[in-house]
Amino acid sequence: MKKWLNLVLILAAGLMLTACGAQSQGESITAVGSSALQPLVEAAAEQYQTDHLGVFINVQGGGTGTGLSQVQSGAVAIGNSDLFAEEKPGIKASQLVDHQVAVVGITPIVNKGVGVDNVSMSDLRRIFTGEVTNWKQIGGKNQPIVVVNRAQGSGTRATFEHWVLNGRQAVPAQEQDSTGMVRSIVGSTPGAISYVAFSYVDKTVRALKVDQVAPSDKNVTTNTWKIWAYEHMYTKGQPQGLTKAFLNYILDAKTQTKLVAKMGYIPVTDMLVRRDATGKIIK
Amino acid sequence: MDPIREAMLKKSRSAKLEQRGRLISLFCIGLIVVIVASIFYFVASKGLATFFSDGVNLWDFLTHSVWSPGVKDAHGNPQVGALPMIVGSFGVTFLSAIIATPFAVGAAVFMTEISPKVGRKILQPVIELLVGIPSVVYGFIGLSVVVPFIRGIFGGTGFGILAGTFVLFVMILPTVTSMAVDALRAVPSHYRSASLALGATRWQTTWRVVLRAATPGILTGIVFGMARAFGEALAVQMVIGNAALLPNNLVSPASTLTSVLTSGIGNTVMGSLENNALWSLALLLLLMSLFFNIMIRWIGKKGELK
Repeated sequence: MKKWLNLVLILAAGLMLTACGAQSQGESITAVGSSALQPLVEAAAEQYQTDHLGVFINVQGGGTGTGLSQVQSGAVAIGNSDLFAEEKPGIKASQLVDHQVAVVGITPIVNKGVGVDNVSMSDLRRIFTGEVTNWKQIGGKNQPIVVVNRAQGSGTRATFEHWVLNGRQAVPAQEQDSTGMVRSIVGSTPGAISYVAFSYVDKTVRALKVDQVAPSDKNVTTNTWKIWAYEHMYTKGQPQGLTKAFLNYILDAKTQTKLVAKMGYIPVTDMLVRRDATGKIIK
Repeated sequence: MDPIREAMLKKSRSAKLEQRGRLISLFCIGLIVVIVASIFYFVASKGLATFFSDGVNLWDFLTHSVWSPGVKDAHGNPQVGALPMIVGSFGVTFLSAIIATPFAVGAAVFMTEISPKVGRKILQPVIELLVGIPSVVYGFIGLSVVVPFIRGIFGGTGFGILAGTFVLFVMILPTVTSMAVDALRAVPSHYRSASLALGATRWQTTWRVVLRAATPGILTGIVFGMARAFGEALAVQMVIGNAALLPNNLVSPASTLTSVLTSGIGNTVMGSLENNALWSLALLLLLMSLFFNIMIRWIGKKGELK
């Protein structure tokens, strides 16, 4: 009997401790979704928490679809997304409030051996729809083109296909579910082409110019470089309390110029043009 | 009340203990049954929604080869053809089992018949160690060694069913081997003695008697290995290329049910067709593992040593 009593006591003590723990915590919110936006939100949350003791901002990945559906169902305070909620089937965009916190430029990358460093938009389209299958057809080496796609439903892929493919369907090809993986495959596979966010371009791959426009942050801010998208943080209804304070913190000019740029995103405050959900330019 | 009467009427201490023990174990098994049943219910309700509420034809789902649930075809039907994934899953599973079986049986024969001492002391721990290596490690090795190797020999990208087969071969080898060892050890020693007494050599004894008698156990081991290969997600996903295409050959990018599931599930919205289609794949996986389990039981029953 004594053993039992001990066990019960330990369990009770444990329960009381966790109860205390929960009470002494201050406010806490959770942000879930896009893995492309996750590093930025994590960094911002960390800074915010050091400035404001007692608050707790929990940041998780899981993908754009997860973020949008979780915030729509009210399970989390903020849903991070690479896409406008209007673009995602199954999401009632009217219930959600959009907060555009950063801009990401996306560039085609190729293996270094293909012998091409500029491509026209129509050739790029023909590569990804499968009409052009050898680099020599567009002035490169005699080497078959290996298309590497991101997974279906990925925000980067949706953005790229929206601006490059013009509504046509991409050729079925291999798919990878992370940008890092895409880069290492393109870097090591002869003739490979794919697309990544600007911040992922490094020495192992070559970023292509499109119609002689170089993929740079400056060209994105003027919309000379067309392939870019907003990073969104959605809330259900107008944000309140900690959620509102945190979003204001990210949108603050200081955070935008320092943190956002440092993490490899383009600050929304730098943008000279704006786009709506259908991709039309609004001033 | 006198103490004897009391002792007769009340439950004894050990009877109470027994009752309590039975309750606890009943609760445990009940919990497991409830969990299994609810998983089945959840996966089935989501997976069947593709066919009932989204109106996808089951036959089309199993036989069409275009997988892009977000896009509708010319007739307005969603394109959810799971054939490429089904072919990919079965391809890597059967190929890896076919390659792994001779190696596993050979190793098992060595460990039990030829050199039992070394087998027990050195080889057994090595095999057990192989079982414990996490699949992501296998996948990583596959990505950085196997894929470039295949690319160097066959050209192309190196990603494909062949790379997946090699990785799975190494992953299921220890499973099949250790089960084959168990099966060989379970063969009664008087079988061997009788065979040797009749003048058979060791090889004849092993080949004609021991392996014959252990066949059901070895088959069970192979099916176990296949079940593991079929359900493996991460390692295969890293090397197979994840193209929802019917593979032309063994070195062109392909995909499996699991690889499409893991790469797609985070990008879809609960309740949408894209999401339901993935649940249908999950249901297919669940049914297949059920099938493997039934097969294991059936082989076990059929081949019991009498």
